[in-house]
Amino acid sequence: MTETLLDIANLHVRFGATTAVAGACLHVSKGEAVGLVGESGSGKSATILAALRLHPPNARISATHLTLGGHDVLTLPQPALRRLRGRFAAMIFQDPLTALNPLLTIGTQIAEVLTRHRALSPADARRQAAALLTQVGITDPARRLAQYPHEFSGGMRQRAMIAAALAGDPALLIADEPTTALDVTVQAELVRLIAGLQRQRGMGLLWVTHDLALMAGIVDRVVVMYAGRVMESGPVAALYANPRHPYTIALLESLPRLDQGRGRVLAGGPPDLTRPTSGCVFAPRCSARMPRCMQAPPMFAAGDSHVACWLAAPAGAEVAA
Amino acid sequence: MAPYPPTRIDLRQRLLPPAWPQPGRPAHLLGTDNVGRDMLSRIIWGARISLAVGLSAALLGAVAGSVLGLCAGFFGGAVDAAISWLINVQLAFPFTLFAIFLLAVFGGGFLPVVGVLALATWVNFARIVRSQTLSLRAQDFVTAAHAVGVGAPRILRRYIFPAVLPSIVVVASFSAAQAILTEAALSFLGVGVDPTIPSWGAMLNLGRNYLQTAWWMATFPGIAIALTVLGANLMGDWLGTRLDPRAR
Repeated sequence: MTETLLDIANLHVRFGATTAVAGACLHVSKGEAVGLVGESGSGKSATILAALRLHPPNARISATHLTLGGHDVLTLPQPALRRLRGRFAAMIFQDPLTALNPLLTIGTQIAEVLTRHRALSPADARRQAAALLTQVGITDPARRLAQYPHEFSGGMRQRAMIAAALAGDPALLIADEPTTALDVTVQAELVRLIAGLQRQRGMGLLWVTHDLALMAGIVDRVVVMYAGRVMESGPVAALYANPRHPYTIALLESLPRLDQGRGRVLAGGPPDLTRPTSGCVFAPRCSARMPRCMQAPPMFAAGDSHVACWLAAPAGAEVAA
Repeated sequence: MAPYPPTRIDLRQRLLPPAWPQPGRPAHLLGTDNVGRDMLSRIIWGARISLAVGLSAALLGAVAGSVLGLCAGFFGGAVDAAISWLINVQLAFPFTLFAIFLLAVFGGGFLPVVGVLALATWVNFARIVRSQTLSLRAQDFVTAAHAVGVGAPRILRRYIFPAVLPSIVVVASFSAAQAILTEAALSFLGVGVDPTIPSWGAMLNLGRNYLQTAWWMATFPGIAIALTVLGANLMGDWLGTRLDPRAR
């Protein structure tokens, strides 16, 4: 069994009356790349913010299990938590313009992590920061370190943010839609960069996205979320070739394909998260709905995958919740 | 710098007009007041009091207001509730009445006046800093700082404070101007800085009585106040843009 970096079981996140995450389970092992997929509002971001206890103060969180490197994130005292953040698990944010401090130079921001977590002297931190910029493909690092975020292009900024994330030499890298704000050509370069760095450093990677196609080439496992719940999780090849949950099937069908023109549009909208649901949350939009869906399905094992759908029930034994 | 001591009374030379446009005495460039004191000398000396009072009050208010505003915005909860309550109490109180009461009880003089004016200005800082901190706290780069393990005091110092500093500077310039005006009002009411020391406010109010016969007595201190306030505001604007690296 490989070392587990992040282990989340039965996570609930509530904002007032809104239940953003309802019983999500997720784990990432050492050296493993996991994709977390879902539409806007499916609870992806709430899940990963909770993983580092970065959720806004008005969020109420509970989980039967939420550990980062074996530490219970929800009860960990602040100083210990600060040592984990950036050192054990680092995060790349969606929009690098707002996620970098506009008033500090790139060099200062990368060096901050280095001096904090690696106890380097300012001069060493500077040298190390330049080396990191080279690693993420930024040329002329000495000049670039002295510049402010607004002097960088979008792609460059995201590279700088990756450099800052790598500065703590983390075991787990969490990427929250890191390419969404970028051009398609830059997206491809960054995906390749992150995937390469992950393999090279043997990091765990949790890649959050709504772009199924972009993710296919880099992750080992995919977790599909809908309305705050995990619908299906499994190895990427199996999930793409043989999706079991009707929602996963609908997601894959909605991708535009060259040979079939535009993808199919999934009818309806996601459920109102402020109201408690009984039964399967996807049932109202599901084409394979049946009477049994009035009851919420548990996770069923189906091949290498786990599926929260009654359709998978006969094929596999039920996983203990 | 001043041609005469500001308090030298010369009753033979009282109410002399400025050296222009009507021929006055070249010796008294801006004329003299009702007891024959040289206007130019008094304005030059008055600058010391007005500027010292205005700047000290703005500085004191800036420090107190900014610290309270940062804490209220960043920590939220009970801290925010307590500080917001203080702000509202302060804003609900008619300030001039409050100032007269305090100065009547504790007596006038430089330090009490600065303290009372700081009481009036800290609210400006606290309100603006608090609301900016609230919005900054939710910014991605602050979350990102938390995400790499930066502690709360350091986030306040390195991430939030520099971002609100331009606003603090701008508010400080307005507050210095406001403090100079308020000091003038307090001097008029006889609860200001020592009446024997000339301050622009006191001169302006004295000149009010002679507005019809000796226009220069109120006009020149007024111009001095207006120019200083304008200068303070222009400087605040300039500093505001200079402190923001994006605007360079």
